[in-house]
Amino acid sequence: MKKLMWIGLKDIQLMLRDRTALIFMLLAPFLLTIGLGLVTGQLGGGNFGGLEAIPIAIVNQDQGKLGGALVEMVQSPELAELVNTSLVAEAGAARDQVDANQIAAAIIVPPGFSDSIIPRDGRPVPAQVVRIEVYKNPARPVSAGIVQALVEGFISRVETGRVTGEVIVRQALAAGLITPQDMPAFAAALSERLTATATDQPLMRLRTGTTEGSAPEQNTPSDFNPMAYMAPGMALLFLMFTVSNGGRSLLAEQAHGTLHRVLVSPTTGTQVLVGKLIGTYLTGTLQMLILIAASSLLFNLRWGDPLGVLVLILACVFGALGWGMLITVLARTAGQVAIAGSAVMLIFGILGGSFIQLNLLPTWFQWLSKLTPNAWGLDGFTILGLGGRWSDLGQPVLGLLTMGVVLGALSIALFNRRRLWQR
Amino acid sequence: MDVIVQARGLCKHYGNVIAVQDVSFEIRRGEIFSLLGPNGAGKTTTISILSTLYTPTRGDALIAGHSITRDPTAVRQIIGVVPQEIALYDDLTARENLIFWGRMYGLSGRALQRRVDEVLAQIGLTERANQRLKTYSGGMKRRVNIGAGLIHKPQVLFLDEPTVGIDPQSRRAILDSVKELNRQGMTVLYTTHYMEEAQELSHRVGIIDHGELIALGTQAELTRQVGEQETLILHIGENEDAETVANMFRVVPGVLQASAVDHRIALTTRQAEDILAPVVARANEHGVRIHSIDIREPNLEAVFLHLTGRAIRD
Repeated sequence: MKKLMWIGLKDIQLMLRDRTALIFMLLAPFLLTIGLGLVTGQLGGGNFGGLEAIPIAIVNQDQGKLGGALVEMVQSPELAELVNTSLVAEAGAARDQVDANQIAAAIIVPPGFSDSIIPRDGRPVPAQVVRIEVYKNPARPVSAGIVQALVEGFISRVETGRVTGEVIVRQALAAGLITPQDMPAFAAALSERLTATATDQPLMRLRTGTTEGSAPEQNTPSDFNPMAYMAPGMALLFLMFTVSNGGRSLLAEQAHGTLHRVLVSPTTGTQVLVGKLIGTYLTGTLQMLILIAASSLLFNLRWGDPLGVLVLILACVFGALGWGMLITVLARTAGQVAIAGSAVMLIFGILGGSFIQLNLLPTWFQWLSKLTPNAWGLDGFTILGLGGRWSDLGQPVLGLLTMGVVLGALSIALFNRRRLWQR
Repeated sequence: MDVIVQARGLCKHYGNVIAVQDVSFEIRRGEIFSLLGPNGAGKTTTISILSTLYTPTRGDALIAGHSITRDPTAVRQIIGVVPQEIALYDDLTARENLIFWGRMYGLSGRALQRRVDEVLAQIGLTERANQRLKTYSGGMKRRVNIGAGLIHKPQVLFLDEPTVGIDPQSRRAILDSVKELNRQGMTVLYTTHYMEEAQELSHRVGIIDHGELIALGTQAELTRQVGEQETLILHIGENEDAETVANMFRVVPGVLQASAVDHRIALTTRQAEDILAPVVARANEHGVRIHSIDIREPNLEAVFLHLTGRAIRD
């Protein structure tokens, strides 16, 4: 076991002394993130720039004020660049649009939603609150997550208003400011004012960077920052460089004779392979941790639940390592790994959503993206960015682990056939 | 002296290509044994088999009683291997390289640090131990390459052409350190295509050509095979076609064999003085300019020429 660690640590030591590798692993992701930030307007005071608004449908079957308020909110000018809302009469029709991948999500406000919260005409509110349904498109998890966050933010405000109203009415009754007979009218008037307040202020404001002298706002699930999508996108893109670089080092050692030298010591081929995998895995993990820590400081990004971030990083590196191994075993020389690794890095970057939001692309493309660790990783980071916990990462983590196991097993089988260290 | 390496009928075939064919020899504890032969003769393959890197197609070898095919792990602990190429990490210092290789042999802690210091002193690089290898000269790297093979105090050291491509000063230093190691009791298997190195270092020599061991013995035993023959070495101009010139001298009476290496012609004869005048006359006749002439007593090169009809660097 010690030998495995020594082999791995030696690789990390060599990597830390390789200036070119360090530029690719650490500096390049930052430069690209900043570049994309400038292009899309997330740095330097712009707005969403080239990204298209998320197509959604809203079905308002509610006769009360809150349903209308929600429609008004999603159609507000503040959200015009984020969501493109169409009003649909039938819930079934809206769901059909989601199923056909025409829209990212449908918001369905059922009948009686307002009445379940605000007393009307002196009638008491029912005990059961009627729930708003967000029918999400699984093929567009990021966009659907943003819509979900919007609705949750709205409901949170409504709930705050309802509780505030109850407290005010009780206090007014207790203080003798109103009589029990006046209570329905008083509650109705109060709810009018609270509803107006709830919809007065925009629920989501797109981040436009820091303005002069003002501190950037805290990210909350309701102000999702697209930089939080770009930074992990770039980190995942260059993670592929790191894992293919790890494979390249194995073939380079073969070419330089150090592999054969290790093999004439009391060290087995398996020990060498596992040791190098440990080295690459730790290097990839270190790279992701550094990038995340630095982007938190530089771009003021909040990546979400720290445990979730750690779990996701470990899974991402595992999945990417599977691809790194496969590239290595299919190549003949270290040079071939470098070329193939760079090509795969770019293809996965495009396919996996590091450059373009996947929900803007056709469904078949989105399915294809699942072959890349980038897509799974971005799903996970988006979940965390939108306030999810580590326990919400089941799907992306499972996807990445499966990828690592399947590709790793395939690579080991091919390694054995190729007999890299045939004695 | 007891036998520490015993090679028995080693063969290595790659499909129809025969790299090593039926090679058998013994190395006694404490001796320097050289495998002498031209490039591609099978020296590196033989060392690779003995160091357990390649599995022999047929045959086996015992090293300190351990079979290379049945007990390779025990063999690897006994031997030290210095490969022909510099198999080290350029971005690590000499000390870090030696520490890494020591760890591969299971050394650790203070014992490893002590041993690294000893080896650095032995190869004369204590002062520059903490500089990265990429700042070293070729000769210094060669010394670290040897040091890495010594780190675990092996009983037998395999040195595969350790002086290829280095300056004369570093070459001298390496030959001296091999002699010093042997003086301290180390058994050495040394491969080379430099006849002079084999002559200077070896207690016994095996001459290998086309994968076969064609002669084996002490230098005296080997040169005896050539008899009283002497070798006349003619240094000719760079513009001359050495092969054509060698053919030209074959017809000179008294020349037993003629071969060309680079810009040298080697002529074997029973009495060098007898052919000197006719050789010079024939050169003048054909307008071939001879820069210098050496007469050599019977040596390993003459043995190789005698056995193969070719000079050793063919």
